[in-house]
Amino acid sequence: MTPMVEALGIHKSFGATRVLRGVDLVVQPGEVSCVIGPSGSGKSTLLRCINHLERIDSGRLRVDGHLVGYRERNGRLFEMRESEVAHQRRDIGMVFQRFNLFPHKTAIENVMEAPVVVRRQDKAAARTRAVELLDRVGLADRRDNYPAQLSGGQQQRVAIARALAMSPRLMLFDEPTSALDPELVGEVLDVMRGLAREGMTMVVVTHEMGFAREVGDALVFMDEGVIVEHGAPREVLANPQHERTRSFLSKVL
Amino acid sequence: MTVRPDRPEPMNAVPVRHPGRWVAVAVLAVLAAMLVHTIVTNDGFGWPVVGDYLFSPPVLNGLKNTLILTVLSMAIGIVGGVLLAVMRLSPNWILSSVAAVYIWVFRGTPLIAQLLFWNFLSALYPRLSLGIPFGPEFVSFDTNQLINQFAACLLGLGLNEAAYMAEIVRGGIASVEHGQTEAAGALGMSRAQTLRRIVLPQAMRVIIPPTGNETISMLKTSSLVVVIGYFELLTSVQRIYSVNFQTIPLLIVAALWYLALTSILSVGQGFIERRYGRGLQTGPPGPSLLGFLRRSPQEVAP
Ligand SMILES: Nc1ncnc2c1ncn2[C@@H]1O[C@H](COP(=O)(O)OP(=O)(O)O)[C@@H](O)[C@H]1O
Ligand SMILES: [Mg+2]
Repeated sequence: MTPMVEALGIHKSFGATRVLRGVDLVVQPGEVSCVIGPSGSGKSTLLRCINHLERIDSGRLRVDGHLVGYRERNGRLFEMRESEVAHQRRDIGMVFQRFNLFPHKTAIENVMEAPVVVRRQDKAAARTRAVELLDRVGLADRRDNYPAQLSGGQQQRVAIARALAMSPRLMLFDEPTSALDPELVGEVLDVMRGLAREGMTMVVVTHEMGFAREVGDALVFMDEGVIVEHGAPREVLANPQHERTRSFLSKVL
Repeated sequence: MTVRPDRPEPMNAVPVRHPGRWVAVAVLAVLAAMLVHTIVTNDGFGWPVVGDYLFSPPVLNGLKNTLILTVLSMAIGIVGGVLLAVMRLSPNWILSSVAAVYIWVFRGTPLIAQLLFWNFLSALYPRLSLGIPFGPEFVSFDTNQLINQFAACLLGLGLNEAAYMAEIVRGGIASVEHGQTEAAGALGMSRAQTLRRIVLPQAMRVIIPPTGNETISMLKTSSLVVVIGYFELLTSVQRIYSVNFQTIPLLIVAALWYLALTSILSVGQGFIERRYGRGLQTGPPGPSLLGFLRRSPQEVAP
């Protein structure tokens, strides 16, 4: 079976800051991988490399068997054109910590935007699908609200619906509940739990250990740009093998 | 608002008095009365002459040219400004530097000099031709025919305006959070789609007010075309008063028209601002002469 995500020896620096120092990660289709680790350890950067929002310095990164951002021909790498990168990103959904909804568009317009503009879907069809998606994240009655009129939890659910509208094969979540008031975290995690049940492949950077334990198929602990520990969530959480994992978990649990 | 029985009792406090304000109002009222009195009674204002010329053909002709010059120059300025701003922000340093040099030159030299330059381009290049650089020419034009006075006006005003608009648009684009571009990119939108559908509509909120200023300013700046022998509103009234010596009444004619156009533009700007303010919380509207026209429904409600 082709892995959904296959990262081998990923390195990434910003100037002199070495943020990723040889990351290996494999996510099988249908799997939910949760990534934890201290702030600044490179979790967001890793996610952003997976959909080529950042370009990797070395290593090989494949999504669904295809190199991300490059083509390989006769053993040589060719950088992809911007339009090809955009084409690849259609199949990878991303949810951001700060939602990043389009503030000048209503909830339903946010969800319809990419299908209409990128996939050139017929407007009526896109609307029907957007209504379904908003209904699914529990926001059927908020479709004509602007983001500023929604709570953080509602905005994040619209953002998830917006990503799902492109029918992605892989969803990336970058601390989707970190900007939310505690009482709003649950509604977003519920939606993500539902997605996982339906078999969506997900990479989730999170501090919600309960979610990781219950929903995750794998738990990845990152520190200083490397994956320190990787295993079944219950085992890593109950019985961490590395000192750095132990000290991190003791701080967050 | 009625006080319902279940509401707590109102404060019933004596409000703070502002005697200073009342003194100021009284002084201003007296000054205003004096102003109206002199405007009505001083024959020098020549109100009958103002009435005679307000809708006279030469004035309306000048007005028409002012409008045409303003609309077309602003159109060139806005389109050019967006292009320059996008070039300026491009990761390609050559595009970015070309835009920077353009802005530097066109903002850094007097507009009058630029108007004269375009008008006298034929002295520099008597013929302009289309062809392969350093190779054969396909067509060739007499510069004086290609760039007549009117075209020189548009080039001068429009290309100069583009440099100013470029900085305004650049500021607008920079005001849009980077997360918006990332979210659009992550959805598979191209850079052009992101710019057109996501970034520019949000940048509009920042771009429109200074663009309104630029347009109002262009109404009056367009009078500089007199240096290359073209005419518009102000030139028309000057031509009239240089013959009949009714300087003040004719300047009032021009002023009334400029004020009328400025008022129309301000109202239009209010509508456009509201159009692009959708979904975006804006602070209270800034002080404006015509601010009463753009009060939001909540403020009007009791
Ligand atoms: N665009 C960037 N330019 C420079 N440094 C960056 C950039 N993005 C991230 N970094 C740096 O990379 C490191 C890791 O960042 P990040 O991946 O966001 O960590 P995490 O998500 O685990 O908190 C941090 O030290 C951060 O300052
Ligand atoms: Mg992060």
